[in-house]
Amino acid sequence: MEQHYQHLYEMLSKVDGYIYPNELELQWGVLVVLYPYLTGLVAGAFILASLERVFKVKVLGPTYQLALITALAFLICAPLPLITHLGKPGRFYEILITPNSASAMAIFGFVYLWYLTVVLLLEIWFDYRRDFVIWSREKTGFMRRVYKVLTLGVTDISPKALKWDDRIGYIITIIGIPSAFLLHGYVGFIFGSIKANPWWSTVIMPVIFLFSAMVSGIALVMVIYMGVSYIRKVKIDMAALDMIGKYLFYMLILDFAMESLDQVHRIYEAEESFDILNILVNGKLIYTMFAFQITLGMVIPMVGLGIVQLVKVKEQIRKIIYVSSGVLVLVGIFFMRWNVVIGGQLFSKSFYGFTNFKLGLVGTEGLFSAIMWMLLPFALLAVLLWLMPPWKKQEAI
Amino acid sequence: MGGNRIKSSRRNFIKKTVAAAGTIAVSSLLDPINVLVFATDPPEEGPWWGVGIDISQCIGCGMCAKACKMENKVPEEPFYFRTWVEQYTVLNDETVRVESPNGGIDGFEQSVEDEDIFKTFFVPKMCNHCSKSPCTQVCPVGATFESPDGVALVDESYCIGCSYCVQACPYGCRYLHPEKKVADKCTLCYHRIKIGLSPACMEICPTQARIYGDLNDKESELVQFLKDKNWQILKPHMNTGSKLFYNALRAEVR
Amino acid sequence: MPPQLKRLIPIFIVFIGIFLVIRYFLVPDTFGQYGHYRGKTLDDVSSQEQVHSDKETCILCHDDVQLIIENDAHATLSCLICHGPGLEHTEDPTTENILKESSREFCGKCHNVNAARPLEVVTQVDISEHNTELNCTDCHNPHQVWEGIE
Repeated sequence: MEQHYQHLYEMLSKVDGYIYPNELELQWGVLVVLYPYLTGLVAGAFILASLERVFKVKVLGPTYQLALITALAFLICAPLPLITHLGKPGRFYEILITPNSASAMAIFGFVYLWYLTVVLLLEIWFDYRRDFVIWSREKTGFMRRVYKVLTLGVTDISPKALKWDDRIGYIITIIGIPSAFLLHGYVGFIFGSIKANPWWSTVIMPVIFLFSAMVSGIALVMVIYMGVSYIRKVKIDMAALDMIGKYLFYMLILDFAMESLDQVHRIYEAEESFDILNILVNGKLIYTMFAFQITLGMVIPMVGLGIVQLVKVKEQIRKIIYVSSGVLVLVGIFFMRWNVVIGGQLFSKSFYGFTNFKLGLVGTEGLFSAIMWMLLPFALLAVLLWLMPPWKKQEAI
Repeated sequence: MGGNRIKSSRRNFIKKTVAAAGTIAVSSLLDPINVLVFATDPPEEGPWWGVGIDISQCIGCGMCAKACKMENKVPEEPFYFRTWVEQYTVLNDETVRVESPNGGIDGFEQSVEDEDIFKTFFVPKMCNHCSKSPCTQVCPVGATFESPDGVALVDESYCIGCSYCVQACPYGCRYLHPEKKVADKCTLCYHRIKIGLSPACMEICPTQARIYGDLNDKESELVQFLKDKNWQILKPHMNTGSKLFYNALRAEVR
Repeated sequence: MPPQLKRLIPIFIVFIGIFLVIRYFLVPDTFGQYGHYRGKTLDDVSSQEQVHSDKETCILCHDDVQLIIENDAHATLSCLICHGPGLEHTEDPTTENILKESSREFCGKCHNVNAARPLEVVTQVDISEHNTELNCTDCHNPHQVWEGIE
């Protein structure tokens, strides 16, 4: 505790102007930046998968299961940083038993459970059920039992049963699209509905969150597809990759347009909060916003991907553009979340000054902890891909 | 005839969509939108507590902030305040300086020379006990609420410490208790007003700059305050239903 | 009904059932009594330990001081300002468990000159200059502050 206060006294000495005395310490740190980032990746990856299933973009076939399994891995890991940041993590279940219908945050429990069970788990199950049945017959020992459990005892793989798998899976994907929008849209609404904070309070916040989610999810699947193919030493399906690159490009343009609209509107109207926010953006957020979020995270990928759309580029160069754009986008969207969450707490609600924030290294809200939460989904993804390898799926009838 | 039939999977889809849409429509009628407009109404019987602060009487002694911390065992470090006093100094060059060293508990030193001062005054701050409080609206679990008599309170044993309420308060009144790890705020000394004593800050104020009272009682000092004084609330555009009424509130105050 | 749904629907019903049962035991008893919160909280908050006494209680025993001070400049002050929270003293009155603030610094908390203090509300002096070799109470009786002063 003493060390904590020592840190706070240091922060107090660096206050710029006037802040309400309770505003010194930021309430939401890197863990709360991570949660929207991770659920955004889930929503985006799922939308990419649904492009193939519902909108019949057949060329994306090779990435369909990969996108779904990626979404699952990240969804399972997403609530962990969130629960960790709570003052009383042991009481998190209260959101499930007494959710306050007036609170956007209360949606978390049920939308999460709905999306995890009814959408993701079921869609993956319907897609893999036939394989689970076959693998449960082929494998021996412990794995045999694992696959048997995964079949949930439904071992009928007659053409009629398989048709049902396809049909119900299709319906679930359709339900999944608005569910994915809700899963991530409510996070945007959590910020957008706080009238006390003018950096957050905007109608377009859920929309911005959603579009940046889709951008990051598509980028993630693209990078993972390239990474997994490289590890497995197999040839990448360039038609699929080119299509993903195209969707990423157009999504980036939409996201950039939405975010620009928000800022242009804010600058044009220049209402009461504008002066302090102007100082915020050009001061404490100057690197995270202009360098990382906008230039590295949006403009450079847009240029790179745009070139690919306009000009015929050799396959090797395209791959380099795709992987670097994907990584840059992932970094940029992380900083977009950072600028929203951290940026919104740096200025005082009195509009008279700023507090300060430094990301520590250790502790639950430190950099090492954040890196761990970021790596955990990849570890889980590896396990899930070993359990349900998309490339070992039986040929469709 | 056979060729015009809708494919059975598409028919299924349509059936399910209609069923879902119908359910949503019906349930939205049963649960009207105004459940989202979070407001508490004054009780028909019993007190409806409010606060009056007369800025023209505040001398910035800081006794209120000190008494509050003592009464409610708030950590003494200068990062957690249920109430605090601000000093506003408007300089001749029209800049505004605001200070609140340790919430005003140790008093104030004049930081600007007399000749540069255009106007300077003290403003005590505390929870506004809003009737349409945005802070209780956002609590995900129902751990903070407006009591039937109009006091915004926190249930320490139920709060999960998510700090959403801290973010939602436009006046900066809340904080996360460093040891209990739950949200904390001014309770209008609920334990005192329930037995007819004034909140500690009001008991101790030497000039009676801070008063509390029953807005339902037309004879109360507070209602008289509302009649006699030119009162304002902070941030009226936010429609918080603030029940903290200031006399002599100047436009520089946030 | 396809075999998949025949298996899935009961599984979902069972899990939802288990959830509802667990929820029944976990939700606190008085939740929802007055609103979306635990009703018993109002009692819990009301029973918080009192720390400060109040002026009325002091007057019950010290009515003689009240008679003096009610005509004084300090009439509107609560005893607790200079004498501390005093709750212990009201329960067991001794001369040991009550404060008597009288330092220059303490009096200066209200009376030190500050441009933001309205002169019509509080009399002010510059305590770094005003009779610095004396203590305030050497000349000013806190209950009769102008007594014996020109």
